[in-house]
Amino acid sequence: MKKVDERKWTRKHLLGIEELSAGEIELILDQSERFQEVLARSIPKVPTLRGRTVVNLFCEPSTRTRASFELAAKRLGADTLNISSSSSSFLKGETLKDTARNLEAMKIDAIVMRHPCSGAPYFLSQFVKVSVINAGDGAHEHPTQALLDVLTIRQRLGKIKGVKVSIIGDISHSRVARSGIWALKKLGADVTVCGPKTMMPAAIEKMGVRVTYDIKEAVKGADVLNVLRIQLEREENMLFPGIREYAQRFGITRQLLEKYAGDKTIIMHPGPINRGVELSQDVADGKNSVILEQAKNGVAVRMAVLYLLSSIKR
Amino acid sequence: MNLKIKAKILDAEGIKRTLLRIAHEILEKNQGVKDLVIIGIRTRGAYLAERIARNMEAIEGKKVPVGAMDITLYRDDLSEVASQPIVHSTEIDFDISGKKIILVDDVLYTGRTIRCALDGLIDHGRPANIQLAVLVDRGHRELPIRPDFVGKNIPTAQNETVEVKLTESDDREEVDVLA
Repeated sequence: MKKVDERKWTRKHLLGIEELSAGEIELILDQSERFQEVLARSIPKVPTLRGRTVVNLFCEPSTRTRASFELAAKRLGADTLNISSSSSSFLKGETLKDTARNLEAMKIDAIVMRHPCSGAPYFLSQFVKVSVINAGDGAHEHPTQALLDVLTIRQRLGKIKGVKVSIIGDISHSRVARSGIWALKKLGADVTVCGPKTMMPAAIEKMGVRVTYDIKEAVKGADVLNVLRIQLEREENMLFPGIREYAQRFGITRQLLEKYAGDKTIIMHPGPINRGVELSQDVADGKNSVILEQAKNGVAVRMAVLYLLSSIKR
Repeated sequence: MNLKIKAKILDAEGIKRTLLRIAHEILEKNQGVKDLVIIGIRTRGAYLAERIARNMEAIEGKKVPVGAMDITLYRDDLSEVASQPIVHSTEIDFDISGKKIILVDDVLYTGRTIRCALDGLIDHGRPANIQLAVLVDRGHRELPIRPDFVGKNIPTAQNETVEVKLTESDDREEVDVLA
């Protein structure tokens, strides 16, 4: 006798993974799989959010996340609006609050926001009536990235619990790492973080992760390598001597994988890749790489998030 | 809203015989199983679709492709619910273009669910035709939708409800009117 699924989503906003329960994360993952089926059809569209408007308010550059959210909304039948700060009245000094309030006055239903300040989506959620979805805020969280990462792992490996994941790169500046660690730990994965000491936050072990500064240790025995982008634009902060040194010490290469990784180890990267730096060309495009699958899964995950948040009474 | 059973319409044997008759009627009207597929609306419609397909296979000796459809994403009342209902899987593993679809649901009432299913099916392809089979027709249509095969016609009042219980998802087999 099959039990009726009575799970319910009750949150108005998606601001981070930290506050979610394992059950809520699994609900999003399960619903994402329903939307993967919709996306596989020859007409990958449903009329569910017809008449609703989703605004992408991006105050930082983005290819994947923005395209993904826009496609997700469109595939659900919603109308979309893209505002990027670089070509908007932000340049004239208009505040975030005024921007959001003006948009809200035009009758919109949700704001998807990426912002360089940690906490900006939370701030927004305090004075708008619509749902706010965090598409990345400063170094704080990037919840939909973590969700699509976890979905990719679950579908590739069949489970999350007990899976050994190593996150490699500039952990201290990475919202992808932070959200990822929350999601993986809540679902019972075994997480290791690896990177230069200058890029490792103090006391990160308190999140329940193992810390290593040796790439070989991070790769050994890992089922998943989640490789983060080295933010070259931060080079002037002198956190490492040069790109070449980073690539030599922490770059994932074919030789490194062959020597220390298993055959089934999957390589993940949130994008955009610095080819030849954190990943060598052949690893980025190789058979263990699931990077393009991540991008594909991102649309389904964002459809699930937009769907689940869409009913919450305004 | 505490509803109590007003009348028991069908028991396990009744459901069994009704589904057998429906299978015979479908075969009679369509002169066999050629180009026929059966798609049930989740969740109980899908279980009934499986049973009807099995009956048809037992009668004709030929297998009929069976699919299941979740219509949640096509509903027109989602802005009125408190939180979004869970979307269940849609499994239609065959091409429906050119096929005769027998759409199956447990209870036909306003017809809005069927309207959702029609929209969903058309998104999957261009069927030759769509025929509707329901276990119970309780009247009160709000859209111009009519069934081709009916288990039982049960006139009901607006404040009543018809409940179908099947062993695949419930603890018993029966059809009741609740008031």
